[in-house]
Amino acid sequence: MAVIRVSGPGAFGICAKLCGTVPDPGQHKLRTLRGCENQTIDQALVLSFTAPSSFTGEDVVEFQTHGARAVIDAVLRELTYLGARPAEAGEFTRRALENDKLSLGEVEGLADLLAAETKAQLDQAHKVLAGQLHELAEALRARLLRGLAHLEAMIDFADEEVPEDLSREALGELDEALSMIATEISGSVVAERLRDGFEVAIVGPPNAGKSTLLNYLAGRDAALVSEVAGTTRDVVEVRMDVRGLPVTFLDTAGLRQSDDVVERMGIDRAMSRAAAADLRVFLLLDSAWTGSIPRKTQDVVVLGKADTQNGDVSGVTGKGVDVLLERIHEVLSEKVALIGSATHFRHREALVQAERALDEARAVLSEDAHRVEVAAYYVRMAVSVLEGLVGRLDVEAVLGEIFSSFCIGK
Amino acid sequence: MKHQDADVLVIGGGHAGCEAAYAAARAGAKTLLLTLKLSDIGVMSCNPAIGGLGKGHLVREIDAMGGLMGLAADHSGIQFRLLNRRKGPAVRGPRTQSDRVLYRRAVAEILASQGNLRVVEGEAAAFSREGDEIRGVRLANGAEINASAVVLTTGTFLRGTIHIGMQSHAGGRIGDPASHMLADQLREMVSGIGRLKTGTPPRLRKDSIDWNKTELQQADTNPAMFSYLSDRPCVEQIACGITHTNEKTHEIIGNNLARSAMYGGKIQSVGPRYCPSIEDKVTRFQDKASHQIFLEPEGLTSDLVYPNGISTSLPTDVQVSYVRSIAGLENAVIAQPGYAIEYDFVDPQVLDHGLRLKDVRGLFLAGQINGTTGYEEAAAQGLIAGLNAAFAATGRQAISLARNEAYIGVLIDDLITRGVSEPYRMFTSRAEFRLSLRADNADQRLTPKAQELGLITEERRAKFSAKMALLEQGHALLRSSDATPSEIAAHGIDINQDGRRRTAEALLSFPNIVFEKLEPIWPALQVIDPGTRDQLTIEALYAHYIWRQQKDVESLQKDERLVIPDWVIYSEIGGLSAELTIKLERVRPPSIGHAARIDGMTPAALTLILAHLRRGTRESA
Repeated sequence: MAVIRVSGPGAFGICAKLCGTVPDPGQHKLRTLRGCENQTIDQALVLSFTAPSSFTGEDVVEFQTHGARAVIDAVLRELTYLGARPAEAGEFTRRALENDKLSLGEVEGLADLLAAETKAQLDQAHKVLAGQLHELAEALRARLLRGLAHLEAMIDFADEEVPEDLSREALGELDEALSMIATEISGSVVAERLRDGFEVAIVGPPNAGKSTLLNYLAGRDAALVSEVAGTTRDVVEVRMDVRGLPVTFLDTAGLRQSDDVVERMGIDRAMSRAAAADLRVFLLLDSAWTGSIPRKTQDVVVLGKADTQNGDVSGVTGKGVDVLLERIHEVLSEKVALIGSATHFRHREALVQAERALDEARAVLSEDAHRVEVAAYYVRMAVSVLEGLVGRLDVEAVLGEIFSSFCIGK
Repeated sequence: MKHQDADVLVIGGGHAGCEAAYAAARAGAKTLLLTLKLSDIGVMSCNPAIGGLGKGHLVREIDAMGGLMGLAADHSGIQFRLLNRRKGPAVRGPRTQSDRVLYRRAVAEILASQGNLRVVEGEAAAFSREGDEIRGVRLANGAEINASAVVLTTGTFLRGTIHIGMQSHAGGRIGDPASHMLADQLREMVSGIGRLKTGTPPRLRKDSIDWNKTELQQADTNPAMFSYLSDRPCVEQIACGITHTNEKTHEIIGNNLARSAMYGGKIQSVGPRYCPSIEDKVTRFQDKASHQIFLEPEGLTSDLVYPNGISTSLPTDVQVSYVRSIAGLENAVIAQPGYAIEYDFVDPQVLDHGLRLKDVRGLFLAGQINGTTGYEEAAAQGLIAGLNAAFAATGRQAISLARNEAYIGVLIDDLITRGVSEPYRMFTSRAEFRLSLRADNADQRLTPKAQELGLITEERRAKFSAKMALLEQGHALLRSSDATPSEIAAHGIDINQDGRRRTAEALLSFPNIVFEKLEPIWPALQVIDPGTRDQLTIEALYAHYIWRQQKDVESLQKDERLVIPDWVIYSEIGGLSAELTIKLERVRPPSIGHAARIDGMTPAALTLILAHLRRGTRESA
């Protein structure tokens, strides 16, 4: 189940458009949520609270929807379309504080909570930055910085020896930024993960029953999407749906010592792929076994061949497979929560807004390069909505870029 | 000599000091302006020019508050040019070159005609203190001046050191002594005193320049003035020469870098990046074969020329040879060599929004001492410091300007929030509300406020209300004039034929529709005078963007209203990082809005501070 809260003076008006009528305060009613094209999104339990009797002290509508990503995303998208915006980190708490809605005890506890929240955000930001978004954020930041620097140089250093018209250079940077944003919007990292699946590697010594287990999973599951021969002869991939999450199982069948050069290269690749997977299932015959792949905290360890010995799982009889899948689902769900829906929705929403602003800047500048202050206004707007993604890009950074690119000064 | 006590004592007769004294006197405080030399009141120590991009905005704002810099610039301007004239009105910056003598004379006359104000010659030797309160100063000749509030505007004089090549000596400006005792006392009173440097080029004899070899830059034919009270320049307009450095010049400089005070290791202080010395330019941009130099006459009668673009700390003989390698300057005579100057400045984070020291009562700082550069930045601070000194002395409430009100507000907020790491100069890009903070509407933004504070003359009040009446009339006419798309198209304006009636105001917001195109459609608009037309056009052009920024303004204002009281001790707030705690303790932001602008601040940290405030209020309740 997912809980989505809308807070603020416009909450009732906006939410009524999504769920028909908002239930009276204190009541909870089952409502059908419909999108802007009247399509059904979900059945949700809807609650309402009027100011000041709510957590934030403002009018609040709460939706309890099904937990599926597609549903959450659709609800958030509709709400944004109707005029709401994603809350900033900690914004609900802040509003509650401003409206004096927290008891002394709650205020006391807040410090710890916020400190923890900040750490979780940091971890998450770190996760984003260490991943694919990192490159995007860096590249996007550089383009925006250079684009803005060219515009500001035309304005603030018009009486200096900078070329009079830098609009072409600026446009070039904006175009690059726009194409990066467009690519990202069409497939953000989480969307990609949910589309392409999490990777779960089954590792362990030879003959522990890995291939048998994989074949069992593949053969048993009606929701099997596809079976692809590995890109190398050492990795076999099986895609399937684990309780709603798309998962690609990797059978690293060849994890053994080898003297053959070609085979060794394949094994190295398999090992690095297993090490990089979202999760590893160690299928062992002896719990004391240690391979060359490092074990991470969330990795699952099970003993195989439960059909012939005292193990946990058997690919022959299917014993223990449900328990294993449940465990895998649990771990992956945590990861989904961590790269949280809201955070990603926020990023995507920011990208969409930035795209709109940059398009405006582009249009103004291509029509009349003299209206550079208006173009800069739009670029600044884009920079400001993208702050969560590319970091704060303040005037000092822009001036720094100008001074390092142009010989300024009389 | 025994001086009468004053409400406000201003130390320093530069641009910050003059504006501060003038403001304090206008605010009704009995004011004394103390200067080393009476003849140096309002002197331009560096380039003979006022205004520019961002700086011109500041001057217009000072004028809108009834200050003197705009009037003095208009009286002495010999080459008015509106920068960015072809770009949008929000980023146009008025600038003029001024006759040094006329500028100084204008400042002296304005000050002399102001009641409540006396100018006194003397050297401030030390503060008179009582505990952590400043009570006045003792002069070098032993006399004491007592005042309720003191505004200190020392410019580059605090422990000033002048460098010409490997030679250096103490001095606040070429030919003037530096202040050391005050500097030592200040070091005892406040933390965060640092060193900055700046430089100036050699001054050349006008008749030693071959003007035939230089290009000429003329003044504007329709000059834009600084003061809302001025209509046209007061004196003759002249041209500037333009010449360029060349490879020979760069070679001479390159060969002598070791003898430059900056490159030879004599100076470590930070100088402004946007005002590099010629040594810097040649070293950092080696692929540029030449750099532009403006040859700016220092006045109508002066025989000196200021070569803008070649400030230096090379020894005199090298200055002579590189200057003479430049076209037109082959026989140039250097009347005064260029030099670099290092001086003490106070980290402005110790100040509040009124430029008052937070830990020393009765003391205000303005100008270069706060780490800024430029006459206009100095004067803007002088205005605010002078007013607040006067209000403190006479028991009135302190004032400050917000970031969405004025460039002056941006300037002071930047200084006290972020501190400075290089001399701070105003740029239009520093103002996030740039489209609404324009040179054309400085009076609309600030004159009502100044009037409320009792700072403006009857002449200014009358002129302003006449302008506003015309503007309101114009707005009413524009809003009440409407037409169908086909009627509009019949007059040759290309417009979407959607059947919606449009007002003249809506049409004017299109950048390609000028006022004159509207007259044939609505002949009633003909009564609107040219000045009002310009203003209406500018306002229509930006109305949409300003309306969209209004949400940002409101959220800024809401956060500024969340006051952080003095009792907050940041180290007691659990969960704040050590780095943020230090920054917060130093800046001691008066509001959540101000705290949010501190470098490295996070939303979670702001919530923590808010939570702490709530808890504190409850416990004390």
